[in-house]
Amino acid sequence: MSPLQETQRLKNQTTLPNTVQTTVLKPTAKFIDLLSSLVPGFLITLAVGFMTLFLVLPLAVIFIEAFKLGIVEYFKSFQDPSAWHAIKLTLIATGISLPLNLVFGIAAAWAIAKFEFVGKSVLITLIDLPFAVSPIISGLIFVLMFGLQGWFGAWLAERDLQIIFAVPGIVLATIFVTFPFVARELIPLMQEQGSDEEQAAISLGATGWQSFYYITLPNIKWAVLYGVILCNARAMGEFGAVSVVSGHIRGKTNTVPLHIEILYNEYNVVAAFAMASLLALMGLVTLALKTFLEWKVQQDRNTTLEPTLAEVH
Amino acid sequence: MKSRFKQYSVIPGFGITLGYTLLYLTLIVLIPLSALFIQTANLSFAEFWNHVTSPRVVASYRLTFGASLIGAAINAVFGFLIAWCLVRYRFPGRRLMDALVDLPFALPTAVSGIALTTIFSKHGWIGRYLEPLGIKAAYSPLGVVIALTFIGLPFVVRTLQPAIEELEKEAEEAAASLGANRFQTFIRVILPTVFPALLTGFALAFARALGEYGSVVFISGNMPGRTEITSLLIITKLEQYDFAGATAIAVVMLVVSFAILLSINLLQWWFSVGRRRVA
Amino acid sequence: MGIEVQNVSKTFRSFKALKDVSLKVEDGELITLLGPSGSGKTTLLRIIAGLELPDDDNKGSVLFSGEDVAKKHVRDRQVGFVFQHYALFKHMSVFDNIAFGLRVRPKHERPSKQAIADKVTSLLKLIQLEQFATRFPSQLSGGQRQRVALARALAIEPRVLLLDEPFGALDAKVRQGLRTWLRRLHDEVHVTTILVTHDQEEALEVADRVVVMNQSKIEQVGTPEEVFHKPASEFVIDFLGNVNVFKGRLESGRAHFDSLAMDVPGLAHAPTGNANVYIRPHDLEIDRTKIGSQSLAANIERINPAGAHAKLTLLGVDGNEIQVDLPFERFTALNLKQGELVYVSPRKVHVFAPEYMI
Repeated sequence: MSPLQETQRLKNQTTLPNTVQTTVLKPTAKFIDLLSSLVPGFLITLAVGFMTLFLVLPLAVIFIEAFKLGIVEYFKSFQDPSAWHAIKLTLIATGISLPLNLVFGIAAAWAIAKFEFVGKSVLITLIDLPFAVSPIISGLIFVLMFGLQGWFGAWLAERDLQIIFAVPGIVLATIFVTFPFVARELIPLMQEQGSDEEQAAISLGATGWQSFYYITLPNIKWAVLYGVILCNARAMGEFGAVSVVSGHIRGKTNTVPLHIEILYNEYNVVAAFAMASLLALMGLVTLALKTFLEWKVQQDRNTTLEPTLAEVH
Repeated sequence: MKSRFKQYSVIPGFGITLGYTLLYLTLIVLIPLSALFIQTANLSFAEFWNHVTSPRVVASYRLTFGASLIGAAINAVFGFLIAWCLVRYRFPGRRLMDALVDLPFALPTAVSGIALTTIFSKHGWIGRYLEPLGIKAAYSPLGVVIALTFIGLPFVVRTLQPAIEELEKEAEEAAASLGANRFQTFIRVILPTVFPALLTGFALAFARALGEYGSVVFISGNMPGRTEITSLLIITKLEQYDFAGATAIAVVMLVVSFAILLSINLLQWWFSVGRRRVA
Repeated sequence: MGIEVQNVSKTFRSFKALKDVSLKVEDGELITLLGPSGSGKTTLLRIIAGLELPDDDNKGSVLFSGEDVAKKHVRDRQVGFVFQHYALFKHMSVFDNIAFGLRVRPKHERPSKQAIADKVTSLLKLIQLEQFATRFPSQLSGGQRQRVALARALAIEPRVLLLDEPFGALDAKVRQGLRTWLRRLHDEVHVTTILVTHDQEEALEVADRVVVMNQSKIEQVGTPEEVFHKPASEFVIDFLGNVNVFKGRLESGRAHFDSLAMDVPGLAHAPTGNANVYIRPHDLEIDRTKIGSQSLAANIERINPAGAHAKLTLLGVDGNEIQVDLPFERFTALNLKQGELVYVSPRKVHVFAPEYMI
């Protein structure tokens, strides 16, 4: 489902809703004017209040709980081998799904944006499909495929191969839930950019690879990065889908989010929040990068060369 | 070289990129998703119906849909407010607030789950003030609503922001010059214009909430029939090796969320057609 | 290098963009493809470039100096193509843009760094943008971008230069300047050039020969003088400048329209039938008195005396609107006033042999 997109913002819009100009100021009108001038302040306070309650407090509580017993206890939480194992597994799952979805995203965007063919819009819809599937179902479908009672269950069991309740299942579920991120970022941008520059490069003698590397890539690099960091955040943080396929074997098939769940349920609050603080930090870095990249991608969009009327000779 | 399927282009790489796209899409998405439907087809209709309408399941629907609806409604109100402030007013910390809106996207759901639970449990920062009032926030349906509000907020704000930016200042000024007061201008000029975006944001937040798992399971308490959401019920059935039951419920949820997303697309198409006709 | 296009057709889905088109371009010529949008001119240009393939009907071919290039990729055709919206590489400086075609060559064909720099510098001089080498396309005006695009195309020493509506996105004054500049440039470098435009003034001014296209076909090929003064079809005369149209009849080489009858040279043996009679506004003379039988009475409706010609709009007695361009001296000598009744006599008419009708 659609996260984190369509956020073109006008940066220099500085107008305030104007108040009604009344020429004859009756006492009541004056009072209404006074009230009117208080409206923005009131609305902002309300908005900030809501966001503090629902966004800032949860963020703050993570770090405060993590350091509740001091910095020593905080770092002790990571000495547990199963914690390390969870971090490693999360990095593995992310490390595999990220490049795969990156290559897929670029390939899909290239095919869709640079060529005209039948069925394009159906393809775009299908690529978005995993966003419409909830996390639990995203995990379930792989259980139905590779689980003991699944399509390939018996076949896998005969060969002593395990996908579900093992690392491959976790990787598959992660790939599935992060599948559209890069493609979704690149397709609209590359469609907007068209193929004139690549055609020009090729008419000048460039090969396909050269025109991709020298022309296309510089035009999309920020959008690629944008897609990658979103993909990364989701891959590291995925809980539901991974939870279904993991089997929750401590020190074996637990990713960081799953390990947090175990610690929390064991009332090991400091350790749980210490692990959570890592992911929260990753989330904050993601937010910062995302804000920066949105600005960069917007710049790439704006420099699409529109003819200027001014002529200097 | 001529093909009815694709127009000629001097740019290379069509075959390989499209081929790879289709292969990858089929392997990762299409085949696994089809597994869900094919497994369900093994059930007779009566079996299917029994699975998806048993009292415990129905109770989970009620909670999931109800809490999602309430959460999306809260977001529609406060999301509008936040989007409005971010677009229309300049104040210190605005940029930070703007970036923070996406926090629920960036924060892993399990992390938000334990954080919200800690805040709203009876010894928590907020829970302790609710407790004396007789309000139980964590481990109650209210907790589910809180979690679903948290994760849905960005959908409403991010859909509304561009719509509010596009609002023509002139229309408001015209309304004011015709003697409308602020409230009238808001109800008659602003709201109708941004309504499609508001509805879309609401629907997106609702659809996301229906399938949410991570942020809810910690705060809900997971009492069967009372605070058990449908996603959790699917997992429970799986753990009891009730594959048929899990699959049947999953199909219901998936069809519902497809239907919502489809209607969002139709809605947007419909509104955009309407807008074009006016312009 | 001469170019020959033979019997080329092009179909997009169900739309026929080119219908059996043939064209010969001489070596060193500057030719313009002129026509309204959708006439097939850009498609023809892209087929010559190799950016589109002609229909695979075993009839069409494209020859470069007699050599069939149908199987050759655009990369190997050595054409310089200038895109309508420049297609400059946004993230590269002007210098890097121009050098691109040389730098992507395979190692053994690639000029040395110094040779590339020299080449780019000389091209920058040619397009009069020497001091802009380090700028980026976004820092240039539209006209400057177009010149960079041209230099980039020239850098690979193309055998033919193809320009797709190069000045289409620029405003009138800049266009005028670039047009004369392009003509001078062509006289300097003498590379065979084909330019697509929908602007008749541009086509006539810059070209050695003009190819007028309409509805996927070539209507006429000729020098600017030929296509303007001896238009081959109703479309050509209508598309190239203003013209008055009278409904009339052609009978044994004489055109009858309104109350007039005039000989039409070259159509003595044309079949009899209804025909439109075309008269250019500058081919009409105005007098206060009726001279002979070859004139029409008309009222002066409007006068626009701004310009080398005074533009008059007249209303004939039968309600026909007639446009007349009168040299300014003649206009002042006559001292014409709005509302006056005058007599209009054509010096020259154009009639096209009526098609056989059943």
